[in-house]
Order: sequence, then C-alpha cells, then structure tokens
Amino acid sequence: MDTRRGALAVPKVRRVGFFTSIEPPPESSQRPNRSQSGPVEATTSSSPLSNSPSGNLISPVLIPPSRHHSDNLTSRVAAAAAAPVPVPGPAAFRRYVAHDRSLLHVGSYNPPDSLLGTSTPSSNGEFSEDSASLFGFQRSDSTKLSASFPNGGFDLTLAVRAPQESETKITTASASEGKKKIAEVSGKSESVTTKPQKEKEPKAPKDKTTKAERRAIQEAQRAAKAAAKGEGNRRADESGRANPGKTAKKPQPKKERLPVTSSVSEKTAVAVEKEKRMDVPQTLMQYDDRSRVDKAKRRAVVEQTESKNKVELFLHLPQYERGNQLPNLSSNFFTLDSIHHAVYKVGLQHLAGDISGDNARCIAMLQAFQEAIEDYITPPMKDLTMDLTTKINGYVSFLIECRPLSMSMGNAIRFLKNQIRKLPVNLSESEAKSSLCSDIGRFIDEKIILADKAIVQHAVTKIRDGEVLLTYGFSCVVEMILLYAHEIGKKFRVVIVDSRPNLEGQKLLRRLVTRGLDCTYTHINAISYIMREATRVFLGASSIFSNGTLYARVGTACIAMVANAFSVPVIVCCEAYKFHERVLLDSICSNELGDPDAVANIPSFRTNAKHSKTIDNNKNLQFLNLMYDSTPSEYISMIVSDYGMIPPTSIPVIVREYRREHLLL
Amino acid sequence: MDFQVVILAGGFSSNLVPLVSKEVPKALLPVANRPVLSYVLDLLESNNLKDLIVVVEGEDAALKVGGWISSACVDRLHVEVAAVAENVGTAGALRAIAHHLTAKDILIVSGDIVSDIPPGAVAATHRRHDAAVTVMLCAQPVSGPSESGGSGGKDKTKKPACDDIIGLDSLKQFLLYIAKGAEIKKDTRVKKSILCAAGKMEIRSDLMDSHIYAFKRSVLQEVLDQKPAFRSLKEDVLPYLVRTQLRSEIFSDQNNVEENGNGNGKNNMQNNEVVLSQILSNASLPSFHQVYESGLDSRKTHKCCVYIADESKYFVRLNSIQAFMDVNRDVIGDANHLSGYSFSAHHNIVHPSAELGSKTTVGPHCMLGEGSQVGDKCSVKRSVIGRHCRIGSNVKIVNSVVMDHATIGDGCSIQGSVICSNAQLQERVTLRDCQVEAGYVVCAGSEHKGEIFARK
Repeated sequence: MDTRRGALAVPKVRRVGFFTSIEPPPESSQRPNRSQSGPVEATTSSSPLSNSPSGNLISPVLIPPSRHHSDNLTSRVAAAAAAPVPVPGPAAFRRYVAHDRSLLHVGSYNPPDSLLGTSTPSSNGEFSEDSASLFGFQRSDSTKLSASFPNGGFDLTLAVRAPQESETKITTASASEGKKKIAEVSGKSESVTTKPQKEKEPKAPKDKTTKAERRAIQEAQRAAKAAAKGEGNRRADESGRANPGKTAKKPQPKKERLPVTSSVSEKTAVAVEKEKRMDVPQTLMQYDDRSRVDKAKRRAVVEQTESKNKVELFLHLPQYERGNQLPNLSSNFFTLDSIHHAVYKVGLQHLAGDISGDNARCIAMLQAFQEAIEDYITPPMKDLTMDLTTKINGYVSFLIECRPLSMSMGNAIRFLKNQIRKLPVNLSESEAKSSLCSDIGRFIDEKIILADKAIVQHAVTKIRDGEVLLTYGFSCVVEMILLYAHEIGKKFRVVIVDSRPNLEGQKLLRRLVTRGLDCTYTHINAISYIMREATRVFLGASSIFSNGTLYARVGTACIAMVANAFSVPVIVCCEAYKFHERVLLDSICSNELGDPDAVANIPSFRTNAKHSKTIDNNKNLQFLNLMYDSTPSEYISMIVSDYGMIPPTSIPVIVREYRREHLLL
Repeated sequence: MDFQVVILAGGFSSNLVPLVSKEVPKALLPVANRPVLSYVLDLLESNNLKDLIVVVEGEDAALKVGGWISSACVDRLHVEVAAVAENVGTAGALRAIAHHLTAKDILIVSGDIVSDIPPGAVAATHRRHDAAVTVMLCAQPVSGPSESGGSGGKDKTKKPACDDIIGLDSLKQFLLYIAKGAEIKKDTRVKKSILCAAGKMEIRSDLMDSHIYAFKRSVLQEVLDQKPAFRSLKEDVLPYLVRTQLRSEIFSDQNNVEENGNGNGKNNMQNNEVVLSQILSNASLPSFHQVYESGLDSRKTHKCCVYIADESKYFVRLNSIQAFMDVNRDVIGDANHLSGYSFSAHHNIVHPSAELGSKTTVGPHCMLGEGSQVGDKCSVKRSVIGRHCRIGSNVKIVNSVVMDHATIGDGCSIQGSVICSNAQLQERVTLRDCQVEAGYVVCAGSEHKGEIFARK
C-alpha cells in the first residue's frame, strides 16, 4: 500500500508544483522553524491572490462546510486507505511526471543523502498525508487556506529536487541552513518551470516523434514505473526505520494507518488499481495524429469531413466542416440502432446548437442517459455493469462526435460510470436501473440545481444598492443571481457585454428587461469604455481547473483583465461539479473550435457578391472561431461555488477533498 | 428509434384513370417495370425501417398489393397490409388503423413516391424540435418532357393546381401557413397571432408538400378523434395544426392533469423541476412559440416544423399521368440510381432474353423488359417497354411507356403515350400523347392525338 501511495503522491506534488510559475520572492519568505513545514510557510505571502491587486478588494471569505470539523480524521483515513489519485491531463504531462519520478528516486535513494533523506523522502512518501494535515490546519484558519497550498506544494517539490541538484553542496538539513537552501533552490526553479515546455515539445504539431522514439519513451516510462515500485518498497522500509528519529507528531498517523492499509491492501489492491485506471481521464485525442484520427474515423457514427482551411496552431483540435454534418447525421436517423433515441436527440441538439450552455447541455445529457437506462434491458448471458458501461461509452463517443464534451459533462459521465461500477452484484436489473436513475436525478438536483440556489444565496450578499454589475455573455447562474437580487429589492444596474457570433447576451438581455431590470447592452469592443461604470463583474464558467484557471466562453479573459486593470472585483460563479483536477496554462492545448462560417457571416457584408467571392475561395484566409479561453487565476477575485465563496487557489482543495464525495454523492 | 411507419398506398386513383384498373391499383403501377410501391419500400429499407404498415383503399386493391408484397419482399421486410374502405381519405384511413399505432411518433409516407430523400432526415428534425408535426418540403419538380412541345401547353394549365403556398419563419424551421394553390382564388387569411409572434413570414410557392409527414402519435390521434369531419391529412389535419399552433387544444387536458398531480404536496420537487426546465429552455434560442408562451402565461403551443429537402435530391409523386410519364423517363434517365438496374454502355437496359430484329435501334435511356420481341427496322427512344411485349416491324416508339404483354402492329408510331398491359395496337396506328387502357384494341390505320382510349 505504501509503495503505491509513494508513487502516487509524486504526481500530485508535480501537479501542484506545476501551478506556480510565478517566482516566489525570497525576501518576503519567513524563516522556517521546523524543517518539515518550513518551506510551506515560507511562501505564504506570495500567493497569486495576494499578489493581484484585486485580491485586496474582497477579502476571500470561506464559509467552511460543517462536515470539516467532524469528518476531518475519517476523511483523512479514507483518503489514505484508497486514495487513487489519477494522473491528470494529457499524455505529455504524464510523461513528464514519469521522468521526474525517475530523477527523483535517483536523488532520494543516494546513501550520501541519508542525512537529508530523513526529511525529504518521507515528506515525499507521505505527501498525501502531509498535505491532509496541512489542510486540516488550514481549514480552521480560513484565510491561510487561500495562500499556502499551491506554493507549499511547489516548495516541497523543490525540496525533493534539492538532493539531486545540489547534492554536493548540501550536507545537512539543519534549520539554520534552510534559507540558503531555499534561495538556491528557487534559483534553480527556473529550470524546473521551463521543463514542462521542453517535455511538451515532441507533442507539438510540427515535429512529431517517430514510432521508434515513442516506443523508447514508453519503455523508459515503464522502466521508471517498475523502478518506482521497487524503490517505493525499499523506501517504505527505510522510512519505517527512520521514523522513530522523527518528531512525535509524524509517526502517529502513520502507525494508525499502517495496519488498516496492510490488511486491506492485499484484497483491494487489484480493485483499487482498476478503479484508478478507470478514474484516469482519457488522454485528449490529438487530431494532428493521422493514424489515430483515421482509426477514430472508422468507428465514427457521424460522418465528418475535415475542413480545408485549418488554422495551423489548432491542428490538434477537431476541425470539421459544419455544413454537412447535421444533414448526414439526420439522414442516418433510422440506421443508428445502437444509439438510444433520447441520446440521439440530445446529440442532434448539440450539433445543431439548439442547446448551449454547460448546465443545460449536462442536464440534457443526463436526462437522456436516464431515459436510455430506463429502456435498457440486459442481454442474456451478460453482466449489467459491464454491458451498460459499454453502452454508455458508445453514447458518450457519439455525443463527442456531435460536439466535444465540456469538462462538466465529463465529470457527470465519470460520476455515472462510477455509479454503475459500484452497483451491488445482488441487485436485480430493475432495482439497479431505478437506483441509477434516481442517482442521476439526485446529481441533477443536488449538483446543479441546489448548487445554483446556494450560489445565488451567496452571491446576492455581494450585491449592494446602487451598484453597476457587469456580466459577459450568458450564464444561467448569473441570470438567477440578478433576478433574485432584483426580486429581493436591491437597486442596481446591469451592463451586459456581448460578443459575436453567438450573441448569447441578447437572450439574457431580453429576459432581464422583461423582468424590469435596468440594463445596458454593449459589445466586447467597448469593454474598456464601459468598465469605468462597473463596480463588480459577475462571470459564468465552463470549468475551473485546479490551478485556479477559469475556462469559459471566449472573451471572458479579456473582461477579467480589463476589470483587473480598472480594479473592479471579478466574481466567478461556478458550480462545484464543474471543477476539474486538470491543470491548464493556456487555451491552446484544450479548446473547442466552433463553426468557422459563423465568424465569416456578417450581415450586410456577405450580401456583397464581390466580398463573398474573396472569402469563399481564398486559400490564404482561415477562419478561427474559438469557443473558450482561459483566465489566469490572478485576475479572479473570488469564486462563488456551492461550497461558499472561495479564492481561486482553493480549487484544488475542493477538488481533492470533495472528489470522493463527488463520486459517492 | 420509436417510430412507426405508415405507407398510404391509396386505391384506384381517379387522376390516373386509364392507367389504373381493377387489376392494377395505383401502388402497383409499373415504373421502369417495377411497381411504384417498391421504390418506397426500397427507400425505407435502405433506412433500416423494416416494420411497415401499408394502408390500401378497398379490399380488392389490398389483396392485390398484399399479394405483390408477399411475393416480392416477404423475407426482407415485415409488412402489414391493412385495407380500409374506399373514399375515406387519408385521415379516414389513419383513423381506421389508429389502434395499430403504438409508437411515440408516426412517419406517414405516401405510397406513390419515387425519391431518394432519406426519411430519417424528417424524423431527426421532428425529434430535434420535439414537434407535433413535421412536413417534408421539396422543390417543385420541373415537369413535362422538355422536347415535346405538345405536352408543354398541357403543363401550363395543370401546374398551378398542384402548387402549394407555404409560409415559413425566418429560419425556415417552422411552418406558419400552408394552403393549396388551387384553393386560393383572390385572397387568403393568415392568423394574426402567428404573424405577430413569428415576426416575419416568408411565403413560398416554389416548394411542394412531399406527403412525407412525421406526426406525434398523441397529437394525431387526438385530432382524428376530435374532428371526425376531417378527411384528408394534407387538406384538413395539417392546416388545422398549423392554424392552431399557438392556441393548441391538443395537450391542454393532459397537462392539467399532470400539473394537478404534481401540485399535491411535492412542492419542493416541483420547484426544482421548474428551475430545471427553465435552465433547459433558457439555454436554447427560444422559438417564437416559447416567446409567445412566456408572453401570455399558461397558453399551450405546439410546433409545426418543416424539413426542406436538398434540391439535388430527386423527388416525384406519381399522382398524374404526366407525373407517370416523367417518373418513367427519369428513372431510366437522370435519376437512374433509383431504378436499381445496371445500365449498359449505351445507357439503356435490354434484357438478355429480349429479341431484337435486324436494323432495330434502341437508344439511350431506354428499357426493354424480358421476353419482349421487337421486329425489324424499329426505333425505340427514351421509352420503357415491359415484359413479353410483341412489337412488329417499322415501329417508332418515342417518349412512351409500353406495359407488359402489349402488342403493337407493324408500322405504328407512338409518341408520348402510355400503352397499358394487354392492349393491342393494330397496324399503322399513329398515337401522340394518348393513353390506352389495359386490354383495349386500337383499330388499324387510325391516327390520334391527345386521346384516352378506355372502354365505357
């Protein structure tokens, strides 16, 4: 058990470390007293939030859910017993992790380092537990929570890295030398932070790795994994021996956990391993990878013709001609027997753009699944769990072909699959189906609708009389907030900023105006002008990643940055089920391309025959209709989720601590 | 996909009088030597629709059609043939078989269609909008053979009669108005409420109702029950649904019951559901129905959608003699992918068992059925000749259809005509734009133009 935990904890360290590319200013770091928690506290003040000017405007208020205090210990134990932390994100990232891991072990296994090793390898091995205790501590002190996690993680990695990079220089790990070490390490951190990019390069569209190269990398990964396992075993023994030398605080949880894990591990190891594998989010398909695309095409239900004029930078995203997708799909209406008609309808609606907006898409999908499960009959000689999972997989891939899934839909699907997997074996078919349906219903009710209500309640407290609220595009939660605030008699004005080509803001505008709200409608090109008037910005979200990056309708980043420049607080409203453990640094890696013609279609522009001719048949002209962009966390003042009002730095905490509950519901 | 397919195959259509007879109901009229119904069945089969209900007017016709279906495609399709009384109209026919309909949606296809438009597209549109009825519209076909001037004049008089006047919304998704062109003399009435709600209406006369409909079963049955006077789908039911789309009386009863049931107690749950439906409806661009509904609360609406077929697709309804000629010409000509035959290098089909005399030419876009004999020095152009026909020497056949077992004497000249099965033309008959009924004998040496030969 220990071995696995050791191996798993590392990616987590990596993930968190990945997050802060901002150099922590060494001057501001406090002196660490203990070697253990020193690096963590050292950077408390250098969080991205406190760096950002907007961070001071609204003090991040955490409303801690009640379960924290009571559940603290048990959740930690549970997390330790079966903490399958999936390795997140794209393959490039994972590869990087593997490399890192192998490096890491070289360092930690070196006998000369044993002095230092008393602290570093164990902090490495016990990171998950460590951080749990960290968070236990922080939860009670809510203001610190905002700051310490990501940077703490960052420094831990550095500390782990320290032995192999500054092997010769450091011989003792005494507290007095701590500062120097950190300074050195932070000097090195440049190389650390630039590393991801280097590692990602083989993935870049231009120079693809050859087959041999890829195989070599894979082999290396496998070897590293094997090494890590053996390593972990030995290290566990070592740390077990080294434990008595440590402070009394440390071994305590270790002892209480060890018997539990060892007794359960033998039995559950396989199951947990399996679970872990299923938990790992699918690696994103790279659409510039010819062979895989061809393979996928053969399986595809929706006939897709690739667009001719592709934008070079976004070759890795699916780009298809929109025009004939819908007719093709709809003419095959009767030949697609494998797809349940409810799912088919949702797919059509996604493809045609009848449903947009993450919540609505997710609800529509879940309801379709509900219907499909109700109509499902297990074929003879087959297992419901297995067969239904493959069925759902088929539906999901169909939906992906219609339109790439949003992160929230991915989360919902993961929840559903988990629910199917967890069905007791002795349940009859009808019972299983009804329990699944009620689970889905509960997910919709609790994770979306009640969450929205909670968000409305929280966010309304931030609206004061006489304010001018700015919102961008259309978000159903923001609409609910505005309407509710109006209902309870707050006096405020709304500025709706919109953008082509979807002009979603008009829907919002229409509804707000009919309810008697005072509105101003403008397009995004007037943002720098209109921002002067605004006192608060409310934004919706498609997803929020664990580094606090907001992933939302394209244009959101612009709004947030302008608001930041004008010192207007930016409040993002996002249900917790949209949080994702992936880390996103830019909006290029994962994005969605909309219909390029929508950008080109300008009323009164197209009517001119001369213009349309130059537009239609011009090889030098490519249209790019991006759907999403990412807003760095420093431009976000606060996130309102169903768990309360939190700073963006707390997203990983929510994701990690509530994920089990997420899945269990 | 929870769709049921009903084929309305009709009976003995009065439009096609000399061609159809007691032996040959409309559904079995040969198009390129195959019954017209087989084209519909093929189209549906290629779309994986294998459970079909074929409704035929009249017992005799039903027996004939059923006999043909069981001989032709019993192994591939599961077809139920239902006979209804004659002259009940399409709505009456559906009323008669209403107890067979169980699926959520019903696809109603006319049995006289020769087309390659996938019916799935209609069904998909129907489902996507959750419509009460979806109509497939297609471009008006260019009718009449282009080269024969004689029939051109006839076309002009006929054409306005089959025109449909169709009103669409600005996105061409919803049907706002439909009327037969012939019904409109001087003025027409358009519902003001619909016009106000939709904002804009586009009136088209270049589109044609294709007689392929997708109906919500509950709606269809409700309308048929409520309005016993309705006889025709196209002329009564469809305009009624279009007219009442903003003040629908169809669902009102059901919904009231549902609301009452929910209201008792489960307030919280219902509240959630309201929010849920609100999220869903807010997410989509509201159709004018929803806008209208939100304006006046608790008014029920239903949607009438259209699917406009691509112009490149082929579509013809066999509902007149002219259409019969056109279909026959097109199926072996321009739209030959429909016929299912493989064409020779000369773009014609001559069955290997057919016998051709010396110096006889069979031009492109022709078809010669099995066992037919053609004498010397004959010329066949753009014509379909059925099975076991006997054609003498020196015969000229242009733009015509000769059905099975017909006999044509020496020296005949046939242009733009239909010779039904077992008919006999004696020597030196000249026919132009004529129809000869089955079994009729045309006397030798006569010359006719634009006549119908039928026994009184």
